[in-house]
Amino acid sequence: VSVMLQLPLVVTTQVDLVLVLVSLLAFWTRLSRLSSPNAVVFDEVYYGQFVSLYMKRVFFIDDSGPPLGHMIMALGAYLGEFDGNFVWNRIGAEYPSSVSVWSLRLLPAVCGALCVPLVYLLTLELKFCHLSALGASALLLLENSLIVQSRFMLLESLLIFFVLVALLSYLKFHNHPNSWFRYCWLLLSGASCAAAVGVKYMGVFSYLLLVGVASLHTWNLIGDRTLSVCVQCVCRAVCLLVVPVLLYVFWFYLHLTLLHRSGPHDQLMSSAFQASLEGGLSRITQGQPLDVSYGSQVTLRSSASQPIPCWLHSHKANYPIRYENGRGSSHQQQVTCYPFKDVNNWWIIKDAGRQELVVSSPPRPVRHGDVIQLVHGMTSRFLNSHDVAAPMSPHSQEVSGYIDFNVSMAAQNLWRVDISNREAESESWKTIMSEVRLVHVNTSAVLKLSGVSLPDWGFRQLEVVAEKLFKAHSSSLGWTVEEHRYGTSQEQKEREAELHSPTHIDVDRKMSFWAKFLELQWKMLTVKQEDSEHKYSSSPLEWITMETNIAYWLHSSTNAQIHLIGNPVSWGVAHLSLLAYQLLAAVYLLRRRRGLKDLPDGVWAQFVCLGCVCVGGWLVNFVPFLLMEKTLFLYHYLPALCYLHLLSPALLEHTHTHLHARTLYPVLHRSTHQLSASQLQALKWRDSWDILYRRR
Amino acid sequence: TTSPSTGDTSTLRHRRTVPTSSETLQTLSEDRRSQTAELDDTQSSNGTSAHFSPGGHFSQDPQSSRVVLMLVAGLCFATRLYKITEPPHVCWDETHFGKMGSYYINRTFFFDVHPPLAKMLIGLAGYMTGYDGTFPFGKPGDKYEHHNYWGMRGLCAVLGSFLPIFAYVIVQDLSRSYTAALITATLLIFDTGCITISQYILLDPILLFFIMAAVLSMVKFNLQRFRPFTSYWWLWLVLTGVNLAGALGVKFVGLFVILLVGLNTVWDLWRILGDLSLSLVEISKHFLARVVGLILVPLFLYVTIFAVHFVVLNKSGPGDGFFSSAFQSRLIGNNLHNASMPEYLAYGSTITVKNLRIAGGYLHSHWHLYPEGVGARQQQVTAYLHKDYNNVWLVHKQDNNASDLVRHGDIIRLEHKETTRNLHGHLHEAPLTKKHFQVTGYGINGTGDTNDLWQVEVCGGQKGDVVKVLRSKIRFLHRATGCVLYSSGKTLPKWGWEQVEVTCSPYLKETPSSQWNIEDHINPKLPNISLSVLKPHFLEILLESHIVMIRGNSGLKPKDNEMNSKPWHWPINYQGLRFSGVNDTEYRVYLLGNPVVWWMNLASLGLYPIMVAVASITLQRGFSLEHSLVLMREGGLLLLGWLLHYAPFYTMGRVLYFHHYFPAMLFSSMLTGITFDVLLKSTDLLLRPPYSDWLQRLGQMVLLFSVLYSFYLFHPLSYGMTGPLAHEPGSAMAGQKWMDSWEF
Repeated sequence: VSVMLQLPLVVTTQVDLVLVLVSLLAFWTRLSRLSSPNAVVFDEVYYGQFVSLYMKRVFFIDDSGPPLGHMIMALGAYLGEFDGNFVWNRIGAEYPSSVSVWSLRLLPAVCGALCVPLVYLLTLELKFCHLSALGASALLLLENSLIVQSRFMLLESLLIFFVLVALLSYLKFHNHPNSWFRYCWLLLSGASCAAAVGVKYMGVFSYLLLVGVASLHTWNLIGDRTLSVCVQCVCRAVCLLVVPVLLYVFWFYLHLTLLHRSGPHDQLMSSAFQASLEGGLSRITQGQPLDVSYGSQVTLRSSASQPIPCWLHSHKANYPIRYENGRGSSHQQQVTCYPFKDVNNWWIIKDAGRQELVVSSPPRPVRHGDVIQLVHGMTSRFLNSHDVAAPMSPHSQEVSGYIDFNVSMAAQNLWRVDISNREAESESWKTIMSEVRLVHVNTSAVLKLSGVSLPDWGFRQLEVVAEKLFKAHSSSLGWTVEEHRYGTSQEQKEREAELHSPTHIDVDRKMSFWAKFLELQWKMLTVKQEDSEHKYSSSPLEWITMETNIAYWLHSSTNAQIHLIGNPVSWGVAHLSLLAYQLLAAVYLLRRRRGLKDLPDGVWAQFVCLGCVCVGGWLVNFVPFLLMEKTLFLYHYLPALCYLHLLSPALLEHTHTHLHARTLYPVLHRSTHQLSASQLQALKWRDSWDILYRRR
Repeated sequence: TTSPSTGDTSTLRHRRTVPTSSETLQTLSEDRRSQTAELDDTQSSNGTSAHFSPGGHFSQDPQSSRVVLMLVAGLCFATRLYKITEPPHVCWDETHFGKMGSYYINRTFFFDVHPPLAKMLIGLAGYMTGYDGTFPFGKPGDKYEHHNYWGMRGLCAVLGSFLPIFAYVIVQDLSRSYTAALITATLLIFDTGCITISQYILLDPILLFFIMAAVLSMVKFNLQRFRPFTSYWWLWLVLTGVNLAGALGVKFVGLFVILLVGLNTVWDLWRILGDLSLSLVEISKHFLARVVGLILVPLFLYVTIFAVHFVVLNKSGPGDGFFSSAFQSRLIGNNLHNASMPEYLAYGSTITVKNLRIAGGYLHSHWHLYPEGVGARQQQVTAYLHKDYNNVWLVHKQDNNASDLVRHGDIIRLEHKETTRNLHGHLHEAPLTKKHFQVTGYGINGTGDTNDLWQVEVCGGQKGDVVKVLRSKIRFLHRATGCVLYSSGKTLPKWGWEQVEVTCSPYLKETPSSQWNIEDHINPKLPNISLSVLKPHFLEILLESHIVMIRGNSGLKPKDNEMNSKPWHWPINYQGLRFSGVNDTEYRVYLLGNPVVWWMNLASLGLYPIMVAVASITLQRGFSLEHSLVLMREGGLLLLGWLLHYAPFYTMGRVLYFHHYFPAMLFSSMLTGITFDVLLKSTDLLLRPPYSDWLQRLGQMVLLFSVLYSFYLFHPLSYGMTGPLAHEPGSAMAGQKWMDSWEF
């Protein structure tokens, strides 16, 4: 079938001028004078360092969230030709002229500005009129907390942007049931969900809401007996479940591809992971022999990254005869865990049946289940344990370098190698890859990092014990061979020289992306932050009443300052409408239950949909914080607030009362106005707002 | 009694059943029919009645059902009461709860994080069986010797024996299936965990008893829904309320079952509201009846329990320091009981200062410094809940030591008696509340600097007012920085001995956290006057003791080196609890569920959502499977019960133990009964009748025998074992250490 080209070619477009106007306004409020103040503002000091690391391709791990948001900011920096050479050390530090502040802040600000037209479109998709749409976008436009949050290198505006795109495209998909183009919308929705989750874990809440709404719709679809629904269900599942997961993994793929150099956070990762990074450990471990054999010289790193990564260590100092609390010790040589590279971290694997400390040829590899002795390289003491209480953890056994004091304390220095991540029963012990437990043969206790620091006599190094109770899983029981070479020197003197020499030979070892991804994700979720209260932290219930502000920046000499405070009027309106919706919904529900239908079915469906999206969105973005124990700030509330701003005008339209709150409270986000102390005092509407004054 | 009509080749067959002969069941299935009528699903409703009768004793005539019930009851009591006095020493938490039972007998006041009902019952049982309250319950492993402890254990065991019986009745009432009920009863009777936890002096058997009784009453009440306001209806309603009060009176975990009953009631009221044949007056009658039965009655009983508690415990004991000065004056033997001391605070006096927030501690200091990195490295000042010589402070005038009364607006210096350091504040961040300033002990022998000066302010007083001991609320304003001495209520980490943080708050609002009173007051130069302290009102005591309990509960943080049980461990029976005995010569008891039973429960928790998904999708597509209503509705109720008793533990910061799972485990076992029963009955979807019945019976037999055999294997866990540990060769339990994490 051929379609005749018809002339003249005509393009007809319709432009919603109101939409264009609010967009322009949004861009004006978010983008004008973006590079002032020319100083580090609040959390820029935190995210900035990651941007720098991206520029230098240095690996880092940020437990606060997935990497997409960081990468987007880094993209801005890349476009602005930022070279990463800036020390992000304090809030208020001036940027040098070489740093293009404008480009660093551009992408979050653009996303923040785009939120305004998105809300406009979203209201239309919820089937409310243009006036409501205008109202919603105006609320967002004039919400000064959002303006402040958008104008700097912060993640919230990105998060809100992606969440709104996801919702909008899903509603587009749902509202146009009979076109094939709709699946593009669905795909876009899934992709934006992945992006939202990729920016901050908080995006999960909105994602779950969207999946909930979508599964409700799908459920109704299943109930429609006139359709065959399999294909539709599968399409939805692929777009909203599979695609987001794949994309989420893809962010990490990008992250790991970009960051291939070793850096400050290496130590948190496993040896295998570190070895896959350029520089750092891989420079040392390249080309090491793979199989640990009898006679091998090794350093043993504890698998636990808490409290600090460290290596099994011993030195020429004995346990004190009596501890401070009066308990006695064996007075044998100390065995500790030491967080720095040191020649005293070297141990030699010895066959219990033979005398020599060199690798025979061919090397005889150590396998799972073999019994070995461990000899400390510099002092030639055997790793030993016995039924003496450990110095700091008296429930466990002491571990020592054996010294024969002739006090009828026989050496108990046999250890069985138990490879915990083995695939076959007779697997050999591999450098970096194998995680082993050393089981003490006489007592069946396991060598363990207790994590407690020794007092001064132990040089504040970490305590190592042997624990009798065999508990199934704990990373503090595992040890990995990190540096490794085959020992060749017979004599102690030669050996010491050998130990001092660096290890170098060349082969490259790769770790698969999936293994790296899983390890990184796991570390990000489990690395614990010190939770301490911040001066401007707040509790979720305070957000509703806007009890606290956050001072983002203060000029170094004048009273010019930036605060994060919501617009009190729109804030109040938002929460009143939330309450009103709930009351209204309760009344409607009770009356419907008694058979009194106040609303026609179409309007009721619209009302319910509004509630699901807006009130539901507020709930999922607010309630979880009540259960969280981490330090929270006012800006965590902004996504929830956006849902409320969506709700207010729509509810007003619903109740046919057209009152629009448009009071401004715009002064505080304009940073360079220098207000006098009395003007500032006048702005302190609430006692709990912490507005700063310079003492003259 | 079945007459299945084979529905040729279709996979979904609707089996018609002849209604049963018995009168009662007839009416009950009538109920079911009308109840399900609204869902247009009469087809499956009569399919759920207990038409199926494998073997003689599964049938439903009242005679044999009574026999089955008797059999279940007999087995319950036999398994729980067997070897009840073994081992004859204190096991695990008996050391706490036995001790608290003794406190009731001795009428000594103590503090516990749980409400008092269970401990009162334990005390009562001990008293009735001749225990005199003299055994100290010092630590686990202490021998009872001549003391009569069997009565207290017996009470727990008897209450614990009711659990399978209740579960049997509940499942039978819910599902109308004897098979399901019997599966549940078998699982619970032969579960070593349930047996062990019932055999010792613990709160759990009592708690579980009330939870199950509440659920049972609720189910019975639901059955009466079509005969509202009859005497049985009222009986079950009130009984539900009574048992709820009981559950809450034992442990705060009882709140979960209250939530379950509450949700069930809301659902029920919603149904009633939708019944357009009822007038609004009738609906409000329904509503009010539930308010009375489920809110007012339990509330009254709960308050009564506390009233009894406070009346019985009238002597001073170990729990005094947790409570306010006014409260302590009630207790015979406390130094505030009929106290006599100088009435007005004077310079030169030796005092203790107590914070006015509920469960606020005494102002305290000790020979330890704040660690590096936490403000200035000076001596710690904390709030401490126990009475201690380190709580004692001396009141000094700004410069000299003239003996005179302290008045509102005076500037004083507080010297810590033990360490001779002054109470000191300065502009450093407080350790936890970063918005406040740090308070330290500073100086030596009373010489310090201007940061040691505090202005006394009597709340509601004017300049010149004297400070009344015990009765005045006073505040200490720091002279140099203008902040006010404040107890934040946050627990310091290990370096602060887990005492409570004391700060200086720049926010000057009057709150109990910043108000203090003078409790002990010694001044030899002044005459002692007998003070009749204002006796607190009962409701104040009630409120205070609750806040103290809640604080205590959230204060039970896991210790660093202690083994901490995680909620995900529980359903997979990952790790048990050692009740008694460590090494191979001792008599060892290990609390661990029968793995076969627990893993069946786990399997059914996985199976249930799948079965519900299949059932509801077919329903949504317009077909209906047999039994799907029982599965979805009654199973849903039990699943909700399980969730409510399990999920909240994930959000709890306090230290958790394996035995916290037992309430959830009961619900899970009942769900297993229904799930497996429906699963077995659904064999007719795959096979034609004679074969499907055989398969069904085979399945039941396999279930029964696997449970019995595993009980035979694991019974030493409950009834005690001696000899080598299980991981050593030669042990009787050698082959049974199926998981590495089990420690028997």
